[in-house]
Amino acid sequence: MSSPFRNSFLPRALPSLHAGRGRGWVRLSKRRFASLAHPPLAPPLQGGGFIALAFLLALAGCDREQRDMNGQPKAETAAFVPRGDPRSAEYENNAFHIAQGQKWFGWFNCSGCHFHGGGGMGPPLMDDQWRYGGRMEDIVASILYGRPNGMPDWRNKITEQQAWELAAYVKSLSAHPRQDALSARADEMSNTEPQTLQERQKVVPETKAQPSGEEN
Amino acid sequence: MRRRGASLMLLPLLALAGCGGIQTIGGREGREAALIDDLFTLFCIVTGLFFAAVMAFLFAAYWRRGGHRADRMPDEGATAPRDRGLRIALFAWTAAVIGGLMGLAVASFLTDRSLAYSTAAGRPVVSIELIGNQWWWEARYHFPDPSQNFRTANEIHLPTGSAAMITLKANDVIHSFWVPNLAGKQDLIPGRVTDIVLTPTKVGRYRAQCAEYCGLQHAHMALDVTVDTPADYARWLAAQTRPAAAPTTPQAIAGYRFFMTRQCSACHAVAGTPAGAGVGPDLTHLMSRRTIAAGTLPNGTGPLHAWIADPQGVKPGANMPYIGLDADELHNVVAYLETLK
Repeated sequence: MSSPFRNSFLPRALPSLHAGRGRGWVRLSKRRFASLAHPPLAPPLQGGGFIALAFLLALAGCDREQRDMNGQPKAETAAFVPRGDPRSAEYENNAFHIAQGQKWFGWFNCSGCHFHGGGGMGPPLMDDQWRYGGRMEDIVASILYGRPNGMPDWRNKITEQQAWELAAYVKSLSAHPRQDALSARADEMSNTEPQTLQERQKVVPETKAQPSGEEN
Repeated sequence: MRRRGASLMLLPLLALAGCGGIQTIGGREGREAALIDDLFTLFCIVTGLFFAAVMAFLFAAYWRRGGHRADRMPDEGATAPRDRGLRIALFAWTAAVIGGLMGLAVASFLTDRSLAYSTAAGRPVVSIELIGNQWWWEARYHFPDPSQNFRTANEIHLPTGSAAMITLKANDVIHSFWVPNLAGKQDLIPGRVTDIVLTPTKVGRYRAQCAEYCGLQHAHMALDVTVDTPADYARWLAAQTRPAAAPTTPQAIAGYRFFMTRQCSACHAVAGTPAGAGVGPDLTHLMSRRTIAAGTLPNGTGPLHAWIADPQGVKPGANMPYIGLDADELHNVVAYLETLK
């Protein structure tokens, strides 16, 4: 195992320090330890033996802060709910399921990370960006199986029906659900108009890219 | 024909059978209910007397005139009576109506003030926050020492002789709290805090019912009210304040594991365990309650199995979801719940 000091502690641009490091370090530590230990050290621990032991002990801390320095987000898991699930059509654009989803969103503390759709610790849900796909099936997969970088796995914590209802609500935050299916009153305190009174925004034509839900 | 008439006569008598018992209008088991009942009785007597007087005059006039003038000539004196006695009688009648109405207004005012000062004699010793949900009641008992606070569901216990200040809140829609034996109604309104004072005077078991239509299962939103002697009430409080005992049998332990790791603990809380969710009924002392699902079923092994296996079959629309437990899981969970004494 190479010394961690050589690679990370001292900049390579200072070769002189690299060269002279050993002796200065030894002298310093020897003097300090000698002054601390009031009775003279036992013979086997004096000199080179002591220094070797100190280095051995120091090595034990090497992996304490070990980490992957060029960290990339972890590979996306294969969480997957097959496309074309009949429940997708059943839950999306259904007023009852959207309203129930809104209730679960508060009950199960989704707002703890995603806030009320605007995003906080977790990504926003009311924009048109979908990291893991924006179809009902993709959202259900995100809820039930979790996603890397923070989204917990809710399988067996909530029922599948609740996951589908949550997905219907989440989708209604960003997509354009049928106006008659939307809840006229948000459960949370809000200073914006209810969605049913907001003017529908046009899908900006110049963005050529399909919503990422379509491309996955 | 005569038989039908007789059965029609019987109907009001049958309706009278609804009076009395654990949920009855005109009950006098609480100070507030007694005050309102007194006022109601006074109204009935006064308005009944006046009604009888009006009817008496009407029939007297009809009987006197016989329905037509004897000489078939226009009656010129009919609109302006010159008879002195009749004028005095009319003034007396008007004075009686005004006096009666004023008397009733004063009686209403005094009753209202008396209700408002329910808590003046002694400070309320029982402080309960009652929260209406679709379709169950959450009760939170508050004490000066907050470590004594606890939650329970679909039941409240009250001691006799003390005023209980009940703070009312609603989580979803408007509900109404009504224990007819103890007091009148008070609405629970989302976003607002209302309150009502109950001063029960008689030991017993009463039933409260949501009195504002609140959705599909409005009828299955009952609250079990138990009025105890102060000593029994103190005993109940002590039991409720204790955390749940740890399960001991292998089956109950398996049920405990399921409860803590699966859907149950996402909504329900059991004091003294990791389950601490606040959106469903607190189950810490489930088996001390007489009913489950807000008075929908009696409490017991069988009803618990039915309720957990298929809540939507028992109470369609309730927020307790169908989870799809297999038989072993169901038996284990019920075995654990039965340890929550």
